[in-house]
This record gives sequence, C-alpha cells and structure tokens, in this order.
Amino acid sequence: MDQKSVRAGQDKDMEQVMGNLLRYGVILAAIVASAGGIMYLVLHGGDAQPSYAIFNGEPERYKSLQGVLQGVKVFDTSSIMQLGVLLLIATPIARILFSILSFMREKDYLYVIISTIVILIIAFSLFNGLGG
Amino acid sequence: MTVLLFTLVLLAGAILAGFLGSLTGLGGAVILIPLLTLVFKVDIHYAIGTSLIAVIGTSSGAAAAYVKEGITNIRLGMFLEIATTAGAVLGSFLIVYTPANIITVIFGFVLIFSAVMTVRKKTLHIETEDKSKMAAMLRLNSSYPDKGEQIDYKIRHVPAGFFMMIGAGALSSLLGIGAGAFKVLAMDNVMRIPFKVSTTTSNFMIGVTAAAGTAAYLHRGYIDPVLTFPVVVGVLAGSIFGSRILIGSDTKKLRVVFSILISIIAIEMIYKGLKGH
Repeated sequence: MDQKSVRAGQDKDMEQVMGNLLRYGVILAAIVASAGGIMYLVLHGGDAQPSYAIFNGEPERYKSLQGVLQGVKVFDTSSIMQLGVLLLIATPIARILFSILSFMREKDYLYVIISTIVILIIAFSLFNGLGG
Repeated sequence: MTVLLFTLVLLAGAILAGFLGSLTGLGGAVILIPLLTLVFKVDIHYAIGTSLIAVIGTSSGAAAAYVKEGITNIRLGMFLEIATTAGAVLGSFLIVYTPANIITVIFGFVLIFSAVMTVRKKTLHIETEDKSKMAAMLRLNSSYPDKGEQIDYKIRHVPAGFFMMIGAGALSSLLGIGAGAFKVLAMDNVMRIPFKVSTTTSNFMIGVTAAAGTAAYLHRGYIDPVLTFPVVVGVLAGSIFGSRILIGSDTKKLRVVFSILISIIAIEMIYKGLKGH
C-alpha cells in the first residue's frame, strides 16, 4: 500500500471508533439520566411543580462535577440526573480527545495542534469562562 | 401541576420538537425554545441551558451515523471548531450583558432565517479546481461517497468561512440552538462545499460547539436536572423517530408548512421582545 492509502485506511478506522464513541456516549448519558429521572419521579412525582419563570440559578451541588459526584454518592436522584447531563457534555469532548490521539498515530501534527486548541477553548469555558 | 404531570407534558412536547426538528431539518432547539418560553413560561436562561444540552444529544447521535458512512469531513470540522467554540465562548459572555427581551428578539429573527433556509432551493456545488492555498495547506480538500462513487471536491474561501463560523458559534450559545442553518450557509455558499458534506460536517461541529457553551452555563446554574431530563430524553427519542421516517419520504410540503408556522412564532417572539415583556 502506498502512503496515501495507508492514511485513508487509518482515517476509516478513526471514523468507525469515533462513531461508536459518540453513539455509546449518548446512550450511556440517556440511561443514567433516565434512571435518575425515574427514581426522582417515584420519590417526588406528587410534589408541586417547581417554577422556572424567574431565573434564580441552580444550587451549588448541580453546578460542578465535584458537587454532582457528591450527590450521586449519597444517592440523590437529581444528582444522578445531572450526572447523565454531564456525561452528555463529556461525549463531544471525549471525541476531540480521541481525535488528538488518532491524529498523533497518523503523525498528522498540524491536526494534533488544531484539536488541542479546540480542547483548550472548551477547558477555558469549563474552568474559567468569561463574565462567569 | 404536580412534578409527574409537568414532566410528562414536557416529555411529550420535547418528543414532538425532536420529531419535527429532524423531519424538517430545522433541529429540535428552534422549536424547543419557543415551547419552553412561550408555553411553559420558563425563563429564557433555563430554556437556553436545557436546549443546548438537548442539542448535544441529537447532534452527537446523528453525527455517529454520518461519521461512520465517511461523509463528514473530519479535518474541516476540527479546523472550523476552533472558530465555533471560540464563538461559543464569546456568546456565553454576551448573554450576561444582553437583556432577556433582546435575546428573544434576536431569536425571532434567527428563527425566520432558519425557516427561509429550509425551504430554499439547494444548488449542488462541486469545485474541482484547487484554488485555495489554505485549503490545500490544511488538507481540507476531500471526497465523499455518493451512490457507490467516491466524489472529489475542493474547498474555497477558507478565511471567510472561518469568520462566519465564529458568528455561528456565538449564536449557538447565545440562543441555545445548534445554529446549523448558519453553518450550512457558510459552508455551501462561501466555501462551496457539496451539501451532503456541509450538512453532516455542520452536525459534527454542533455537539462540540454546544459543549463549549454549556460548559460555561453549568457553573452559572442555567442547567436544572428536573427540567433537562425530560427535555433531553424526549428530543432524542423524537429525533430518532423522525430520522427513521425521513428516509425515503418527501418532506418538501411539510417543510413549507412548517416554515410558515415557525415564522408566525418568530413574529410573536419579536413582538413580545420589543414590547419588553
């Protein structure tokens, strides 16, 4: 095989793994959120509906990974739902991390850099953010 | 209303939004935001946070299939994601300083634009001439499978497309939508990419762009689990159902009817926003 078709073959592998990563990420997130959601409804289904008409911001325990994980540990059902949400956010981020690895394997350093820049922008938004 | 009833009604609404969104190609979010704000009276910030999460779900689910088929231009997507994520960070900054009624007005105009984009006539661009040095340098030129054949295409006007993507990214996090219509506009009309590639590559970028936006909204408290759970599950289920039906069906009439409907909602949002409601 010449250089070009080796690269095309590697791109094909990358496409297959990337496709699976996205699919299973979404499925896992949906299962976790639904499990938490169903348990929440069993426990709190009869409560009065919370109002979302005025923006108050969420309590601290829903606003960070640490907070959510602490809630999950004590089996707080809303925290389990929120964990599903976090898994969903993590899915495309995992896809970029995977791209970095596969571009490295292909020795395509230009795209290792490009993918890394994207990850850094998201990390900036996640940990710092503007006007947060 | 009890939590159970609220969740079920919201779930039904989200299924419908996901279903119509995928069937018309508009995406679930452009239906979800008016549904949450106008019908369920949810504050626009919660609506945007919730909707962006749903956007991640539907776009990742759809991207999984397109990527495997080899239609998506992954390098182009990765490169343009620099612009869309930077734009998303910009949008998450702007939202803090933009009054809610102005967001509603902008949303209305974007809705009308998206409606127009879904009914416009598509012209297939396939550029075969290698005119852009930048596209060659970044190795953006590629090929895609169509009816068993591998079709080569070249990309034009890379910087212009890149700048438009910053705008699309900003709109995504400012309004809680995928902003697919803007991404496709930039790729089809400016970068001259065949629409099969532009729509799938746009979809590929939407999840990452929305993740950049929600990353900021999570720690600002825009994302409520009780609201998000039925919406995400509903939109996902609806869009999967919609894409199953979509295969082999002619949706032209549906798209026209729906675009008119969406425009009426848009006008209502603009009116309400301007009234300062």
